[in-house]
Amino acid sequence: MAQSYTITHMLAGLGRMAISPVQELGRVAIFFFRGVIHLFSFPIQADKIIDQVYFIGTKSVFVICLTGAFTGMVLGLQGYYTLVKFGSEGLLGAAVALSLIREMGPVLAAIMVVARAGSAMAAEIGIMRISEQIDALETMDINPIRFLFSPRLGAALISFPFLTAIFDVVGIIGGYVTGSLLLGINSGLYFSRVESSVLMADINGGFAKSFCFAAIVVTVCCFQGYTTHLRKEGFGAKGVSLSTTSAVVFSCVTILVADYVLTSFLL
Amino acid sequence: MTVPLIEFNQVFKRFGDNAVLKGVDLSIYQGQVTAIIGKSGIGKSVLLKHIIGLLEPDRGEIRFQGQAINAMPAAARRTVKMKFSYMFQGTALFDSMTVYENVALPLKEKGRVSFRDIQRRVRDKLAQLDLAGIEDKYPSQLSGGMKKRVAMARALVTDPEIVLFDEPTTGLDPIRKNAAHAMIAQYQKTFGFTGVMVSHEIPDVFYICQRIAMLDQGRIIFQGSPAEIQNSTEPVIQQFIRGQDPEAINAAPSER
Ligand SMILES: Nc1ncnc2c1ncn2[C@@H]1O[C@H](COP(=O)(O)OP(=O)(O)O)[C@@H](O)[C@H]1O
Ligand SMILES: [Mg+2]
Repeated sequence: MAQSYTITHMLAGLGRMAISPVQELGRVAIFFFRGVIHLFSFPIQADKIIDQVYFIGTKSVFVICLTGAFTGMVLGLQGYYTLVKFGSEGLLGAAVALSLIREMGPVLAAIMVVARAGSAMAAEIGIMRISEQIDALETMDINPIRFLFSPRLGAALISFPFLTAIFDVVGIIGGYVTGSLLLGINSGLYFSRVESSVLMADINGGFAKSFCFAAIVVTVCCFQGYTTHLRKEGFGAKGVSLSTTSAVVFSCVTILVADYVLTSFLL
Repeated sequence: MTVPLIEFNQVFKRFGDNAVLKGVDLSIYQGQVTAIIGKSGIGKSVLLKHIIGLLEPDRGEIRFQGQAINAMPAAARRTVKMKFSYMFQGTALFDSMTVYENVALPLKEKGRVSFRDIQRRVRDKLAQLDLAGIEDKYPSQLSGGMKKRVAMARALVTDPEIVLFDEPTTGLDPIRKNAAHAMIAQYQKTFGFTGVMVSHEIPDVFYICQRIAMLDQGRIIFQGSPAEIQNSTEPVIQQFIRGQDPEAINAAPSER
């Protein structure tokens, strides 16, 4: 009797462990679609979207340039010493540009925005949740998803492709600095390889990724903040800190998983 | 008797194993201010949140003009909700917005009021509550009593038909408290709005409210006019409105 009770108990626990992530995924999906619908519901919240473009986009430019430059420079170094073994260091421009445009640009730009803006979103919305500010919006008949999530989603969809483009360009210049100025590859050769190897399809693929990452980052971060009050393992300020942490972790993991999936489709 | 504007019918609510509302029956009438009194932590705020739909009952129904709110289609529910305004116990002011932006938000988001009108109405409301000159401050720069009054300005700026106040005057000095009470009373005379007010201000509520309801142990143990509650012989009610602790009374004689 006692034994069968333990077994059903264990099975129930196992079932819960399987069901709860699926339910959570469903909630995130509903949250996302409601955000998309309210992005286009009248009146369009242009002023809030512009504010968020400034916060998510403009204020990230410096960090994107910095990381883009060093990523490109390191690719230049590593690429040079690998290619030189095969005597094909002339291909460095192609190697740097393609790896940036197809992979590094969209992924690293997205991760930098998570660190800068995503964590801030989760914390801000989380604090609004625990201090009843989101309830207050509801009592004023202001839809909190429309008010808080939709403008951020719209702004991210606008900003991410630009940030990715900046990252790519700065990275390619970074590769030129190490490959050409430091290690002495002919500069004309570097840029002509960039030009001849990069196809429009590569650029479109990179942008497609950055759109997806934009949606992922904002949805995950806002959802974590928005559901802070439902956390079982921490309340109040602790809850907000957990929301912020899981927003960053989940966003980064999801970006990398989605990157693999998208790449396998795009190639 | 007329149909109540809002009616609770056997409403139950529990959080985990903490049963807060255990069969609440309550009627709130149009054009009256109803005070909800009761001990701290007894579930007054929970009760108030049920009226505006921030919390849903586990069992029982809440009717608006005779119709169950939770059975209404979404559109009708929204129309009902738009008649309400809510003042939170903890103010729930938007802490990254200035006082002006806080009070203007409910008008601005509706999109039907012109910029000039918003400005005029916000300034009027702030002036009425003795808050002129702090428009550009943030909630964290204000005292507790000022925050309460900003929250009240935000709740009243849309000229709502029904206002739910959760302890609007707790923490105000006596002068501000009287001013807030006078304002609620005067509002009711001019607009004839319906108010529900959770309050600990006894006996003040007896003068500004037409109806008093007392919540105890998950139920409404009394509802009626201020005169009725003052004449009630129920010991629990008498002790509460006199501020006497039943245990202390019983213990007192043996001490002497
Ligand atoms: N969101 C919630 N989750 C769990 N318990 C709650 C929640 N809101 C209120 N409670 C509980 O309900 C009871 C009544 O709280 P409340 O209505 O705030 O009391 P008061 O009468 O002082 O306004 C308290 O025991 C409180 O712990
Ligand atoms: Mg309360």
